[in-house]
Amino acid sequence: MARSVSAKAENEVSARQRRVPLAEALDAQRINRLAHFDVPAHKGGRGNPELTEYLGARAMAMDVNSMKPLDNLGHPVSVIREAQELTAEAFGSDDAFFMVNGTTSAVQAMIMATVKSGDEIIMPRNVHRSAINALVVSGAVPVYINPGINRKLGIPLGMSVADVRKAVAEHPSARAVLVNNPTYYGICSNLVEIVKIAHEAGMTVLADEAHGTHFYFHGELPVSAMAAGCDMSAASIHKTGGSLTQSSVLLTRRPVNPDYVRQVITLTQSTSASYLLLSSLDIARRNLFFRGKQMYQQTMDFADYARDEINELGGYHAFGPELVNGDTVFAFDRTKLSVHTRDIGLAGIEVYDYLRDDYGIQIEFGDIGNLLAIISNGDRMMDVERLISALEEIKRQREKSPAGLFDHEYIDPVIAMPPQEAFYAKKRRVAMRESTGQIAGEFVMSYPPGIPIVAPGERITPDVLAHILFAKEKGCFMTGTEDMSLEYINVLA
Amino acid sequence: MQTELWYTDEHTRDVRFSMKVSEQLVSRKSPVQQIDIFDTPAYGRVLVLDGGLMITEKDEFIYHEMITHVPMAVHPRVKNVLVIGGGDGGTVRELVKYRAIESIDLVEVDKHVVLLAKKFLPFTSSKLKDRRVKVWFEEGLRYVRGKKAEYDLIIVDSSDPYGPAEGFFTREFYGTCYKALRDDGILINQHESPFYAAHQRSVRDAHRHIAVEFPVSTVYQCHIPSYPSGHWLFGFASKKYHPIGNLDEARWNKLRITTRYYNTALHRGAFALPNYVLDILREEETK
Repeated sequence: MARSVSAKAENEVSARQRRVPLAEALDAQRINRLAHFDVPAHKGGRGNPELTEYLGARAMAMDVNSMKPLDNLGHPVSVIREAQELTAEAFGSDDAFFMVNGTTSAVQAMIMATVKSGDEIIMPRNVHRSAINALVVSGAVPVYINPGINRKLGIPLGMSVADVRKAVAEHPSARAVLVNNPTYYGICSNLVEIVKIAHEAGMTVLADEAHGTHFYFHGELPVSAMAAGCDMSAASIHKTGGSLTQSSVLLTRRPVNPDYVRQVITLTQSTSASYLLLSSLDIARRNLFFRGKQMYQQTMDFADYARDEINELGGYHAFGPELVNGDTVFAFDRTKLSVHTRDIGLAGIEVYDYLRDDYGIQIEFGDIGNLLAIISNGDRMMDVERLISALEEIKRQREKSPAGLFDHEYIDPVIAMPPQEAFYAKKRRVAMRESTGQIAGEFVMSYPPGIPIVAPGERITPDVLAHILFAKEKGCFMTGTEDMSLEYINVLA
Repeated sequence: MQTELWYTDEHTRDVRFSMKVSEQLVSRKSPVQQIDIFDTPAYGRVLVLDGGLMITEKDEFIYHEMITHVPMAVHPRVKNVLVIGGGDGGTVRELVKYRAIESIDLVEVDKHVVLLAKKFLPFTSSKLKDRRVKVWFEEGLRYVRGKKAEYDLIIVDSSDPYGPAEGFFTREFYGTCYKALRDDGILINQHESPFYAAHQRSVRDAHRHIAVEFPVSTVYQCHIPSYPSGHWLFGFASKKYHPIGNLDEARWNKLRITTRYYNTALHRGAFALPNYVLDILREEETK
């Protein structure tokens, strides 16, 4: 009896999830052929035939403004609200918010909805710049936990449970703990345990799931933030979930007050949200609900195969679940294809450049010692074979001694003052090469991955400077400073 | 009035080549591609992959003879040969004419092409059962990756680079072929046509990539009536032998191999290229 009731409930969920209320309304609107005397001025594309030729008539017809039948993202009462409710159901959260300014805006909204000026927030230092940006804006003060480091690979890992416990005990008035789930390299902390520790201390748990959307749709992947009991999560559906670039979602669970979160989002989010982005979230959610498992199975199969074949080549180390150590690598995301390149005497960024310039293969990023290729169900076996073969060819033709290569991606920061204070302090410009010992007034990072090498308020140590200069010399795309050429850096006066 | 069935091969978006069909024998969707086989009054039996014409009974001999006998008349001791693609068996049919060849590995990603060729295309597939021939159903790139100095001759008998054969027009593929060849090995590849823009793009890409990996690299031509523009190229790349300088006419002619298109005089002529083709090669070599 109970069984048939649950089967019935399951059917009802399926029937609901089959709907795409926002996309349906948008399509109805397109067919309706209203006479438009509202923005955008291209009016279904007729006002800009060149762009229509370029993007396609259908995309232009979908690019409309908020109107009654299409609801309003800042104050959703009909189709956007329904679409968000379906998203919450699909992800197992209580509430969901569509975001059109990237996961950056989702990360910032969840931080700003949780901490105010002067509040402490516990986080690993290897966060994306968007998290530290949120501290610059809000004035909250970070309590950094140095992530574990894998010495051989030189990469930062997750936070250890003991370190979280210690930070929570030492900073009992901290309001929140922020966790990467996973890191760019696919490494997860012990999220369930961290949630337990934080909740016992009355702290909110925020998850940066910019690289973890897929965790919600396949049982063999690491636990998702919502399943682990986190209070909020920024999930980048556009990165691994199939929606259009820049669309994202913020997931929350009670007791987080959704109406307050919406107000915080509205502080900075566009009042002209793109319906192309919004409808892509609606359709991606349905696709994930019904086909996610199959998509990510295929993704894992591709990635597992590529890892085995690349490790077979020798020299490269395509690392994977063998890194799991029960703590700083509590789980590994098998869909990520990360490859350590240092042993063939090439920086990850050098291999990244050879792949694109010589072999016509674009990967996600290369940094000092590693590269990362994003694998998805959109790949074809032939392309995976190409990547493996190109790596073999680069090794055959360009392998050299690893001597002299920088061996780590992560440097423990020396914090001199909170990010906001440093960002707005009186500053002066000094030559980068002569900046040792100064307090940075701005960020320096390679993008991607966008994890600051130095952030506002941190001291520029000799190690930091060496890292910056090496990354620049090897051709990393360096960002963050006012000076676009990175010859100078603003430091505190 | 009688109903007529016509098959159209889209040579470019603006140019089409059609032939009347008397009967459709096969229409199968394999995991790799759509496979069709027709009987036609003008070209006999034809094989079509993903809508594109692959071979016709009437003119396949030109293609298969030119892709095989040119390197065989240059390299003095071919013992181990790798054929990538070529599931119809036509290239293998020409290779087995050489008694000195000891082994032929055929790597075809689509098993269905071979199975259907055996049943419907006996004129090309008849020698696949030769005892020296081993057929591997595998992705070509993957197969070659594991090989080091194992072959004297590699023949890339692929379809156009807009589908399963895309990977065979890449630098990494030519580089792995280089590695799989012995020190005096030769690589021959289906090199598309220089005439229409889309195909010329492939000619350029292939030549640019091959020229980086091989010390000797050029193309030779032949005339294949059913292919786009009719003017077709093959790539000749080698670690040592020059296609004309090392052509041994007497040796080849003594073998008394029967051919309908190839002869050693034509061999020399095939490397005499039109100026616009020479320009294309030069431009890519200096990039």
